[in-house]
Amino acid sequence: MTLISLIKTSLKHRSYKISGVIKNTLFILAIIALLCIMVGPFLWMVISSVSPLVELSATPPHWIPEKPTLFRYQALFVGAAQGSTSLPAGIEKFLRGLKNSLIVSSLTTLICVSAGTLASYALARTNFVGKNKIMLVILSSQMLPVVVLIIPMYLLLQKIDLMDNLLGLVLMYSGFMLPTVIWIMHGFFQTIPNELEEAAMMDGCNLLQAFLKVIIPVSGPGLVAVSAFSFLSAWNEFFMALIFTGTDTKTITVTVAEFSSQFGVDYGLMATGGVIGSIPPLLLAFLLQKYIVAGLTAGSVKG
Amino acid sequence: MKRSTKISKRKRDDTLFTIFLILPASLIMAVVTIYPLVRSLIISFLHWDLRKPQLVHSFIGFDNYRYVLTDPTFWRSVKVTGLFVLGSVSINIVFSLIIALLLNREFVGRNFVRMLALLPWAIPGVVNGIMWKWILNPSYGALNGFLYSIGIIDNYVVWLGTPTGALVMAILADVWKETPFIMLLLLAALQTIPEDLYEAAKVDGANAFESFWNITIPLIKPTLFVAITLRTIWALKSFDLIFTLTSGGPSGGTTVIGYYTYLKTFVSLNLGRGSAVAYLMTAVVAILVIVYQRALNREVQ
Repeated sequence: MTLISLIKTSLKHRSYKISGVIKNTLFILAIIALLCIMVGPFLWMVISSVSPLVELSATPPHWIPEKPTLFRYQALFVGAAQGSTSLPAGIEKFLRGLKNSLIVSSLTTLICVSAGTLASYALARTNFVGKNKIMLVILSSQMLPVVVLIIPMYLLLQKIDLMDNLLGLVLMYSGFMLPTVIWIMHGFFQTIPNELEEAAMMDGCNLLQAFLKVIIPVSGPGLVAVSAFSFLSAWNEFFMALIFTGTDTKTITVTVAEFSSQFGVDYGLMATGGVIGSIPPLLLAFLLQKYIVAGLTAGSVKG
Repeated sequence: MKRSTKISKRKRDDTLFTIFLILPASLIMAVVTIYPLVRSLIISFLHWDLRKPQLVHSFIGFDNYRYVLTDPTFWRSVKVTGLFVLGSVSINIVFSLIIALLLNREFVGRNFVRMLALLPWAIPGVVNGIMWKWILNPSYGALNGFLYSIGIIDNYVVWLGTPTGALVMAILADVWKETPFIMLLLLAALQTIPEDLYEAAKVDGANAFESFWNITIPLIKPTLFVAITLRTIWALKSFDLIFTLTSGGPSGGTTVIGYYTYLKTFVSLNLGRGSAVAYLMTAVVAILVIVYQRALNREVQ
């Protein structure tokens, strides 16, 4: 190799390096901007929830509070009496909303995951005429607009006295989320080879035993994904909760929405309600992100 | 002989077992999906006004549909919904694709970024609404404060004060919430593209744009299509955000079809007309679902 060509390559290499540095810097800046946009609005709500009202109403507002306070959280959880007397009445509803949401979401998850897993297993392992049609109907029903179901359900729940009752809401949610659970679990069971149960049945198990002893233990990731999805969807649901709940059965989303109209002037309290209402779904999403992303992308992309 | 009865008994057991497996889910679905779907179709042909309970629910044919289809506020909400869906879905898809391309390489903290991308998706829609209502607050909102601090605006802006402004802000709030999830979907698709394809294209002298256009786009097209249809369906059904952010206003400027149905049914208490709108909306969603399934089938093949 001649000296000149050596210099040429090294120069080329160098310019490559420099443009690489610029590229990397731009890339890092883009990632930072992305993070700010994704997290910023929520972060501002968190900051607002711990800022005194005076600092929030400054022009421009104090981005970082000088005297952060947890009195709103204290008030919402412990009660207005021990927090501050300046808090409006009616916040005791908040704890009830959290409790109701916890009950409804847990029961919905339980029902959806058990009924959905059973059904999707049967659909994945049996073949009958028109099975594809049934899968298509299941897929379509998860996209139905709620409004088309809500009027008859309103009349029905009134008739069977489940109106203003958490169980009525659980029934609605279960029906509404089952298709997605079935769809995701069906895809999941198809990735488990048939040989697993066949081997178990060779050993004398019947289909039920094979299902319980062989299939369920290896279905962990799928079950985690659909459980998280059911809980999260039930927790976040608003429209049905708005229609089907009364004073004592309001869920957290309805409570938070009421906060914004009821305590419209106390932005800090509104923000606090929003933050607390978001904590359970956020925890679930962050802790189980691997399963959720895998399950949902499989559920909506593959089919 | 003995063996064959054993087999047939086993087969019968398996059939019973299958029925047992499907039964609970079918029962729930029958009560919560099939029954109301049929009943609301029937109600949409009845005169059923909850404010006049003494009246019989008489059959009135297509009158409810005729009423809705000649109601100017219905057409206004159709227009608003169209703009909302068009704006929200297109901005969302473009951003999601750009961010997915950006994240489709190894770097320190990529998993962290992907985890944070779940934040907007995971928070309740109602919280998204009140959060943006607070950020966009005309007197104390963070957006005004921020733009004022860096000198872009001299006076605080009433972001939700005009119909157009409110619609634009509702679209942005919706885009904020939905973009990261669609991005994760597209990112998953991008990661299935083998690296050698790009290297081969590079050897052939293709530039970055050419390989994006000729390799990336064709290979993620099915996912892209699924993402667009899914998002369109979600956007069509928007309710939580509108309810908390704008309550459909000002002067109906953000009354999307989901909110219009809610007003017709649970504020005006006319179940017949409410059901008719709900059915019209379902028809539109049904068309989209068919399109969506075609896309899925194409991808499976």
